[in-house]
Amino acid sequence: MSFIKKSPWIIHYDGTSCNGCDIETLACLTPLYDVERLGVVNTGNPKHADILLVTGSVNEQSAPVLWQIYNQMANPKVVVAIGICALSGGVFKECYNVKGGVDTVLPVDVYVPGCAARPEAIIDGVAKACEILQQKLDHEREKKRTRKAVKNNG
Amino acid sequence: MNILTGIIYLIVAPFAGGLLAGIDRKITARMQGRQGPPILQPFYDVAKLFTKQNAVVNASQNVFIFFYLFFNVFTGFLFFSGQDVLLVTFALTLSGIFLVLCAYTVNSPFSSMGASRELAQIMSYEPAVMLSAVGFYMVKDSFSVAEIVGGNLPNVIYLPGVFAVFLYILTIKLRKSPFDISTSHHAHQEIVKGVTTEISGPSLGIIEITHWYETILIWGFVYLFFGFDSVWSLPIFAVAFVIIFLMEILIDNSSARVKWQGMFKTSWFLTATIAFLNLLVISIFM
Repeated sequence: MSFIKKSPWIIHYDGTSCNGCDIETLACLTPLYDVERLGVVNTGNPKHADILLVTGSVNEQSAPVLWQIYNQMANPKVVVAIGICALSGGVFKECYNVKGGVDTVLPVDVYVPGCAARPEAIIDGVAKACEILQQKLDHEREKKRTRKAVKNNG
Repeated sequence: MNILTGIIYLIVAPFAGGLLAGIDRKITARMQGRQGPPILQPFYDVAKLFTKQNAVVNASQNVFIFFYLFFNVFTGFLFFSGQDVLLVTFALTLSGIFLVLCAYTVNSPFSSMGASRELAQIMSYEPAVMLSAVGFYMVKDSFSVAEIVGGNLPNVIYLPGVFAVFLYILTIKLRKSPFDISTSHHAHQEIVKGVTTEISGPSLGIIEITHWYETILIWGFVYLFFGFDSVWSLPIFAVAFVIIFLMEILIDNSSARVKWQGMFKTSWFLTATIAFLNLLVISIFM
């Protein structure tokens, strides 16, 4: 039995968002939606987080920061891109300084569309992210088991 | 009070502490008009932390975290097996110092800032804890926990001032607002997570468990003010516990964090006036 689905801790990073998706993301924590009832904690610390929520497109300046945050997170970890800008760059895609969506920098697991993404959609995305977290954990355990078996037989 | 109660503490404390943390989160959520997490959420959190990767910044942090847990459990064992209350306060401080060392050794600015603030917290609450121990000695003529909770009347009748100051520093010990300045249960403060910023996965899980042990020990210390030779001591403590627990959560939710100077000055001022006057009066009349 694994508890990773019951306690997804989140860190939220704003690439170059217009704050629309940020407000909707934080709205998930308000009494109306209250994601803490699902065990979600907004940690604000990459070392404690399981899920990285990214809003806004990624540009030359925010790419290294995003990469740094992602690398500081402990495995298993999941990246959720929120809003059309984080998915593909949105209306800013053609700007000279914009790289595009989050997947130009990080491996994205869940895409939450919308402009701005609705809190319901974001919660749905986090629920999907939890399932992927579980899969990654199972995969890691399987790898460990295989490695042990190979070591014992060889 | 003997070795047996000490062993019971070792087994029961983490469950009771985790449960208290869960109830705390639930009541907090209800006060904010939210539904809140399940009461067993702290256990889910710690169980999850043990499945995560253990990213260790500096190998010596593991040693410090181990001693933080070890001395906390050791202190609790001494306390609940009825040993010397002075030794309990010293060993508890030692365990706190190991957490500070752990925070310094990872060499992160957030963590170092948290460590400095944790030291300021220790400095703020320590005199009041020492004066409580002195007060118990003056009332019951003994430093032994087993004898402090004996006698005809609860200590709080003799030591109302000391108890009031102890309640003030209880907020610091339980890491609640307005004194959650070194690390906070809630997200987003300017030093991220303070002392635990650089600690992840299983190490953080151990720190959580230590915190549960410590919570139970602290409530045990509150019991010293209410315990006496009567079947009524436990019901009286239960009522006091519920009131104090709810008040702590209310204060936590309704106040903003203060600067460390404010915490330091007020706690030392109250200790030097109310608690000291209380002891002075006792020394004259007893």
